[in-house]
Amino acid sequence: MLLNGLAAGCIYGLVALGFVLIYKATEMVNFAQGDLLMLGAFMAFALIEHYGLNYWAAFLGAVLFMAVFGYLLDTVILRQVIGQPQFAVVMLTIGLGFLFRSGASMIWGTETRAFATPFTDGVTRVGGFVIADVNLSIVCGTAILCGLLYAFFRFTRIGVAMQAASQNQLAAYYMGIPVKMIFSLVWAISAGVAAVAGILLAPVSLIDVTIGLIGLKAFAAAVLGGFGSIPGAVFGGLVIGVIEQFSGIYLPEGFKDVAAYIVILLVLFVRPQGLFGNIGRKRV
Amino acid sequence: MRFFFKTDYNQDINLFRDGVDRFWYGLLIAVLLAAPFLLEDFWLGEISYVFILAIVGIGLMVLTGYTGQVSLGHAAFLGIGAYTHSVLLNLGVPFWISIPAATLLSALIGALIGRPALRLTGVYLAIATLAFAFIIEQILIRWEHVTGGFKGFPVPRPEVLGHSMVEDVPFYYITFGALVLAVLVALNLLRSPTGRAFVAIRDSEIAAQSMGVNLAAYKTLAFSISAGFTGFGGTLFAHKIGYLAPDAFNILLSIQLLLMVVVGGLGSLHGAIFGAIFVGSLPQLIAILRDYLPEGIARQPGLEPGIFGLILVFFILFEPLGIYGRWLKVKLYFSLFPLYKKATFKRQKTYTKSERNR
Repeated sequence: MLLNGLAAGCIYGLVALGFVLIYKATEMVNFAQGDLLMLGAFMAFALIEHYGLNYWAAFLGAVLFMAVFGYLLDTVILRQVIGQPQFAVVMLTIGLGFLFRSGASMIWGTETRAFATPFTDGVTRVGGFVIADVNLSIVCGTAILCGLLYAFFRFTRIGVAMQAASQNQLAAYYMGIPVKMIFSLVWAISAGVAAVAGILLAPVSLIDVTIGLIGLKAFAAAVLGGFGSIPGAVFGGLVIGVIEQFSGIYLPEGFKDVAAYIVILLVLFVRPQGLFGNIGRKRV
Repeated sequence: MRFFFKTDYNQDINLFRDGVDRFWYGLLIAVLLAAPFLLEDFWLGEISYVFILAIVGIGLMVLTGYTGQVSLGHAAFLGIGAYTHSVLLNLGVPFWISIPAATLLSALIGALIGRPALRLTGVYLAIATLAFAFIIEQILIRWEHVTGGFKGFPVPRPEVLGHSMVEDVPFYYITFGALVLAVLVALNLLRSPTGRAFVAIRDSEIAAQSMGVNLAAYKTLAFSISAGFTGFGGTLFAHKIGYLAPDAFNILLSIQLLLMVVVGGLGSLHGAIFGAIFVGSLPQLIAILRDYLPEGIARQPGLEPGIFGLILVFFILFEPLGIYGRWLKVKLYFSLFPLYKKATFKRQKTYTKSERNR
């Protein structure tokens, strides 16, 4: 029960992580994050079903493909709107999201798809509790990914360069950091994370082209955690997932669908900086 | 080339710039008034749909184009207007009370949601309005004894001067009158101190604040006025679609509305109307386009949103000023011919603007 919520929360957290990575680095909000998740899941589906790869190879392939896709997305399209009002970015990513969705429905059709994973239908017993393997895989996958990302940002040169570029673009240029490439790499990581989330999600909720709507709920997670905080995003995701699960049980029908949005509004009205964020006065 | 000299302060706020403008707009109104005698009923229906969209577009333009606030939730206000109007009609309230009532209710809800939401800036506001729209949609679904739930209900058809309001010709004149009213209200609003304050907020919040513009009050006002216009458009929209169901007012509609102001050209009422013409005629264009595309692509259900997305992306990347901006460029090209310089409208090199404190 709680674990179901946590598993759903992990997915929200991962998608929110993608938002936050991009927002921290480039101050763009990517409304197409959910659609990147959808593309990642479909990519894995295509690799497994059409090319006969095994799960792990397809996992790697799909994540790599999406990373390259994200990199190109930034270099070709999103770099054009740097410096334009945030509105332009919002509209642009919404437009891109529609494009991805319609492209995916043209390639793979609008039916619901599923692919076999090593976790499907398995259960694990931990101290008397029965836990579905899919949920376990999501929680573990998220934990591993977060660990990897933490290590990447903390210990590698590129990771540190990314932090620098997101803190102060100009200073980063002065230090000889190729900021443009770093931004594209951030997009690549973010798209890769979305792909991981998509593939982990696939055995739980079957994939179809509207799966990207989960991205909108992940906004709740990102907002709850404070839009600029990476641990905040994951924590926010977990909280949203659990809240959603419990409101499905204890509250009247219908609340489960909007619980995430009610949380967004409450957080924005009461504490707009989120739990972990900090927004100061704007400098003139 | 025609030179325009200002000799009087009133020229800054006149509705028409000069006699030439007055002539062309007069002609346009005359043609639109005569349209029912010239066109078939089908086209009248389409044109009145464009009029309704234009009313909503003006509402959104006041908020997004003039005050600089993004709303991804305007379909909700459209829905509130449409539902309030129809429910009141069902209760036996005459339409000339229910339309203002629905407009006022939308404006009120706009103010209520706007007041806290407008402490937020930029993208947070977009997210908050998005969340609001989802909640309203869910309310429309769940509040069954009023809204009819998923199934919805047919919109009643009041009579005007002995004709049913939804017949093509009366409906055409009603929507046309409503649009003219909306345009006049918007024009008068925008040349008043209130409208100037909106533009000041759009251009720089800090500068506006320094000049004594109360940010919270004016943003709330803009939100509320915008919601009011949208609700007003919603009452007519209800008659246009004839049957209300919650899925008519989903996120896709909000985005279509935004597409309308972006494609039309942000920051001009012309833009709202151009955008409405564009979005209103798009389904027809796509239907025509389907005939020319290869069978495999034309049958795809995802084609329409895809084309929407594509248009949005192209306009943001290549013509951020929208159709109205393109129109201005074309006009300038001919009036300066052959001396037009491409650099006149060249975008300056821009850098990332930070909204964070550093």
